[in-house]
Amino acid sequence: MRFLVFSNVLTAALRVFSLFCLAVILGGPAQAFEIEDQRRFGPAAGAAGADVLRVLSTTDTDLLAPLIESFLRSRPTVVVDYVTVSSSELMRAVVEDDAAFDLAVSSALDLQTKLANDGYTRAHSPAGRLRIPDWAVWRDHVFAFSQEPASIVLSPAAFEGLEMPRSRQALMSLLRRYPNRFRGRIGTYDVETSGLGYLFATQDLRTSESFWRMMEIFGSLDLRLYCCSGEMIEAVARGELAIAYNVLGSYARARVDLADRIEIVDPQDYTNMMLRTAVVLKGADRPDLAGAFIDHLLRAAWGNQRDPAYPFPRYATAETSPTAALRPIQMGPGLLVFLDRLKRARFLEEWRSTVLQK
Amino acid sequence: MSRGLPTSGSIRRRLTLQLVGSAAFLASLLFVIVLSFTRDVSQQTHDSILAASATSIMDSVSVRSGEVSVDIPYAALSMLGNVSNDRVFYRIAQDDSVLTGYADLPLPDGAPPRGQPRFDTLHYKGDSIRMVTLARRVSLNGQVSDVVISVAQTREGQAAQLAELTRNALQLGLGFFMIAAFLAIWAAQSSIRPLAELAEAVSRRGPKDLRPVRRPVPSEMIPLVTSLNRFIERLRVSLSRSEDFIAEAAHRVRTPLATVRTQAEITLRRVERDENRASLREMIRAIDESSRAAGQLLDHAMVTFRTDSLLREEVDLGALSRELLNRLRPIAELKDIALHSDLPQTPPLSGDPILIQNAVRNLLDNAIKYAPSESDIQVILRKEGAELRLSIIDEAGGFPSGDTNALTARFARGANAEGTIGSGLGLTIAREVVEAHGGRLTIAPSQATSGPPAASPRREGSCVSLCFPMS
Repeated sequence: MRFLVFSNVLTAALRVFSLFCLAVILGGPAQAFEIEDQRRFGPAAGAAGADVLRVLSTTDTDLLAPLIESFLRSRPTVVVDYVTVSSSELMRAVVEDDAAFDLAVSSALDLQTKLANDGYTRAHSPAGRLRIPDWAVWRDHVFAFSQEPASIVLSPAAFEGLEMPRSRQALMSLLRRYPNRFRGRIGTYDVETSGLGYLFATQDLRTSESFWRMMEIFGSLDLRLYCCSGEMIEAVARGELAIAYNVLGSYARARVDLADRIEIVDPQDYTNMMLRTAVVLKGADRPDLAGAFIDHLLRAAWGNQRDPAYPFPRYATAETSPTAALRPIQMGPGLLVFLDRLKRARFLEEWRSTVLQK
Repeated sequence: MSRGLPTSGSIRRRLTLQLVGSAAFLASLLFVIVLSFTRDVSQQTHDSILAASATSIMDSVSVRSGEVSVDIPYAALSMLGNVSNDRVFYRIAQDDSVLTGYADLPLPDGAPPRGQPRFDTLHYKGDSIRMVTLARRVSLNGQVSDVVISVAQTREGQAAQLAELTRNALQLGLGFFMIAAFLAIWAAQSSIRPLAELAEAVSRRGPKDLRPVRRPVPSEMIPLVTSLNRFIERLRVSLSRSEDFIAEAAHRVRTPLATVRTQAEITLRRVERDENRASLREMIRAIDESSRAAGQLLDHAMVTFRTDSLLREEVDLGALSRELLNRLRPIAELKDIALHSDLPQTPPLSGDPILIQNAVRNLLDNAIKYAPSESDIQVILRKEGAELRLSIIDEAGGFPSGDTNALTARFARGANAEGTIGSGLGLTIAREVVEAHGGRLTIAPSQATSGPPAASPRREGSCVSLCFPMS
């Protein structure tokens, strides 16, 4: 009996010890935020004395890899340590963990704005003469390097015999007329778990008076909720969904393998353009490298020459503007409003009661 | 002009400094006023936008099921972003508990204001912020509770705007100062001009010009000009009185001298003894000297009188010289002096013939008197550019120095004049005459001149020239 207790204690101690060892082996300071992927670019990864640029990003490694490689081509000694996280983990890493990174790249414009507003970033002045639109830069802290539309992805099969809706108005009247045909076949982001979905929904609310009406229609037709654009696109392609609302158009267009099974619509009344942004972090060890990488991204996004390594669609300057149909989400302190605790709670409460009809 | 005169500063400099100084003072005053005014306006503008933001949040405060509920309008914060790119902070508190926003946002000292916004400049997150605080009393389940809303913005945009405003105000002040300084210098210059003009007019006058000043002057200068004129008048009167006196005296002396000389010559013929004859000759020589001096004094008085109101008629300098040479030839021959002349036909010059004749005669007199026996005197007339130059070249040994001014001063005589009758007025008269005609007198060693070769080897001498401008 006594022995047994001792062995229990020993087992527990061993367990604690092995956990400790694991933490040591995994190296560096204990990280509380969740890493999805980590990859090192550059010469013999980890070579001593190399210049290391540490990037914290929400963008898939594969998507940005060509741009990172072209960045490194003229900098043979530089290593890029690219860590992929979710947007909320990115926020936690910077604000709570004070993690040592030089650059944060995120599609969550509101969170990036909050980082800049709350003083976690530092200013950077882009080198050279680049025609960056005014709305693509905030305070010389937040720099947008992509525009990606919040599109509606439709299944052509489900609309057989019907005209494809090109606007929210048309979509709503179609749903009113054929509710049974689309019941249970509409999908959108779960705004409670997806930061991007929340941003798109709140921007819709800000722009359109009929947002709640549309949500109500969606809710009455058993709206299905998703975490990510990719899943929605695939569900439409499989024919499970007829309509996926507020899907990243750039991802949908990238899936050329599904091109004949999905139809991508950028609503004509207005289309929110998500901006992928980069900020130099306050605690950056190599702000020079971080700034150079931002310049590299900006050149690819706004330069006159189309960069084959640039993975996002490019729009003519006249095509997208705060007053055009393709509407970049406006940077600035306004984005802080929906990040407010009370505001968010109030919105989610209303959203739940409207969409989930609970 | 004022060399050696002690100065008590410059009116123009003092005037300029005073005007520029007051311009600088006014410009700085303008700068300060404009700056503080625009600062106030800019601060008020910023404050009113902050207040609008806080008010719109306050309007969204409501009580729902016994709890304070706030629905921050999107525009409340985005309107701040439209003004500048500054960071925005806010806090919504109910009594002492923070409902939402930045919990560590500093609270203004003192009780929250009620009814009207309160503005503070504070420090937060390492930046200076401008904060507005609004408070409202709500009733919760019969309990009174204060909702306090603060909205703050960093002041980088405001600072940039202020820097811009300062730059503009500075440019305005500088521009104002430049224009005022330019006007000040111009004003000082123009107010001093009549004085400078008067000074120039007076200093431009010839040495004999003692007319009163008649030009119009500003009223402030009337006393100065009046006393100047009075002074000139006194000087003129006293000068003419003394000249009159000299002329009168010379005249009075010359006539009895002539009688005395005649008597002395008669006596000389009668006297036999050599020592008596010698002393009589000495007497006659002294009488000649006195008489010549008196004559020259008279000449000088006459020249002075005639140059005051110069007569202008055509004078043929060649003919005039020829006539004088003919008249003086007998005297020259007594000393075995050969008079050579080279007097070509020249255009006439305009002047007073009596004066010019007097000047030439005095020079010839001098030349004959100081020249040694058996020497040559040349008289040469040349037209040189716009001048007529009459040169008299002797072999009298030359003047010890070439200083024309010293030699032509009254009663000055060359070093070799010892033992010769003369008063030293000859060159003075010649100079005054030629200068009254706008010309000049030059004295040079004769080697320097290029006259026709003389018959005998040249001895050292001097060349006195009268240069008359042709009208």
